[in-house]
Amino acid sequence: MAEEMRIVLRNYGKIDPLEINDYIALDGYKALEKAKAMEQALLIADVKKANLRGRGGAGFNCGQKWSFAYQAQADQKYVICNADEGEPGTYKDRLIMENDPHTLIEGMAICAYAIGATKGYIYLRGEYPFLVSTLNAAIEQASKKGFLDKFSIEVRSGAGAYVCGEETALIESIEGKRGEPRFKPPYPPAEGLWGKPTIVNNVETFANIPVIVDKGGEWYASIGAPSYPGTKVFTLTGDINNRTFFEVPTNTTIYELIYKFGGGIPAGKKFKAVQIGGTSGAFIPTELLKTPVAFDAMSEIGATTGSGAVLVLDETRDIVDVVTRIAGFFEHESCGKCAPCREGTARTHELMHKLNEGFGSSEDLELLDRLGRVMSISCLCGLGQAAPAPVLSTIKHFNADYYAKLV
Amino acid sequence: MDYKAIIAKYRDTTGGILEAFNAVQKELSYLPEEVIAEAARIFNIPAAEAYGVATFYSMYSVEARGKNVIRICESAPCHIAGADEVIAALERELGILMGESTVDGLFALEFTECVGQCQATPVITINGEPFFDVTAAKVPGILAKFQK
Ligand SMILES: Cc1cc2nc3c(=O)[nH]c(=O)nc-3n(C[C@H](O)[C@H](O)[C@H](O)COP(=O)(O)O)c2cc1C
Ligand code: SF4
Ligand code: FES
Repeated sequence: MAEEMRIVLRNYGKIDPLEINDYIALDGYKALEKAKAMEQALLIADVKKANLRGRGGAGFNCGQKWSFAYQAQADQKYVICNADEGEPGTYKDRLIMENDPHTLIEGMAICAYAIGATKGYIYLRGEYPFLVSTLNAAIEQASKKGFLDKFSIEVRSGAGAYVCGEETALIESIEGKRGEPRFKPPYPPAEGLWGKPTIVNNVETFANIPVIVDKGGEWYASIGAPSYPGTKVFTLTGDINNRTFFEVPTNTTIYELIYKFGGGIPAGKKFKAVQIGGTSGAFIPTELLKTPVAFDAMSEIGATTGSGAVLVLDETRDIVDVVTRIAGFFEHESCGKCAPCREGTARTHELMHKLNEGFGSSEDLELLDRLGRVMSISCLCGLGQAAPAPVLSTIKHFNADYYAKLV
Repeated sequence: MDYKAIIAKYRDTTGGILEAFNAVQKELSYLPEEVIAEAARIFNIPAAEAYGVATFYSMYSVEARGKNVIRICESAPCHIAGADEVIAALERELGILMGESTVDGLFALEFTECVGQCQATPVITINGEPFFDVTAAKVPGILAKFQK
């Protein structure tokens, strides 16, 4: 069975986050020095070799993304850290920033050197106001020590909008606008913040970088599942004995997450379902628990690794009620820019509510299924595309729960 | 501090209107019309656009509300951990419904989605500060801190 392995949380509990010398004593900022001694293209090649894939949910190859921004010709380039962390059930980025802010700053500084950026932003969700001073203190310490000589970082706060986690909505928000996603392409590495080449990476993605540079891409690529190597931080919520977090290699199975790391279901109750990757993730039944948590293995069963949120429901839970609440989330968070999502999330919530209250018919269920499939292919951004996943997956795997509530 | 002085601090921050609004709300708890007009002037954008920003983000309010903003997480993990009981206790204790403010202007009660403290559900925040594993029984004690 897999063991916990800490890469991004390697310094958790070992250092004073407000004391840069603690970080340096544990070899902090050595990777940045090493990176700066390398040619940019070779540095990016090593990150590519690591096959590190974005930990913000979309799983895009990090080195590949960097190489697009590196090749782009521009007078100014930007590095943005996505610290919007809005996916319900997720708090891993907060853990990193709260306990080891320098690992994030070092990762960003390495990226800046690699692509040739001089200015960076950390877009911090409005719900984490207490982290602003931690991050600013760490940035100041790092620049005093000379680690940020050619790169400055500014912390920008959001103000409560899940959609701002979407990278182009986030960019709009930093520009001081409503956080509505842009049409893509162009993608941010070509045209991002203020139209300039921009790298947007998740906090956990950046936190992997210093270790990759230090130990080499090949080393990293050998950990966990080959197609999505490394570790992933998971945060466990719901009906689980250990309501806490774990960082595990990506070949760990869902079963191990729940029963080994999570300590199983409390009060001797039976497992019913688990939703992974946050509120836009699919609900997974018992039969599929042997699936590894890595991106592609999860895709194969119609699920996601996503942000690493793990919501466990025991046999007593009313799954239709939980999905109704989730449908309310998407109606609330839809930005309204495109019709399939603006209308679709509202109708989905309406239908779910009707079913949940016991007034729904089998036609409603069919309608919900069809609406969900249309939304997943026609919505402009990932919010609307993923919103139907909880509905569709529960209609598929927990059909009996819906039927029990039909008129 | 006067709202004009607060906004002026962000004059040179490109795209800094959110920073300015965040700072004003810390003082005033909401964004009055004159704040939006002033921000539009300082950041050199149409007032309609500044208003568009003020109404897009859930943490902003363009209507007056209580000084201490209580937000209750209703995302799935908090929902199944018993957020409904906390909501009922808060409504009872404050004598108002969700979305309202107390007549003394001390509290506003709002829903929020996940605030990233899901290790200790259900969670509420007051002026951004999180309170963990909240139960109906804990509510009066938590409120007392802000009633002075
Ligand atoms: C609705 C929506 C919300 C998102 N929220 C986040 C988020 O909170 N944090 C994050 O890092 N990525 C989020 N993403 C993914 C980003 O768009 C983007 O893929 C990511 O920041 C890229 O970084 P990565 O490659 O390091 O994962 C979200 C995407 C969508 C569609
Ligand atoms: S899919 Fe939803 S959130 Fe995304 S752009 Fe369309 S309306 Fe906005
Ligand atoms: S779900 Fe309530 S704080 Fe995250």
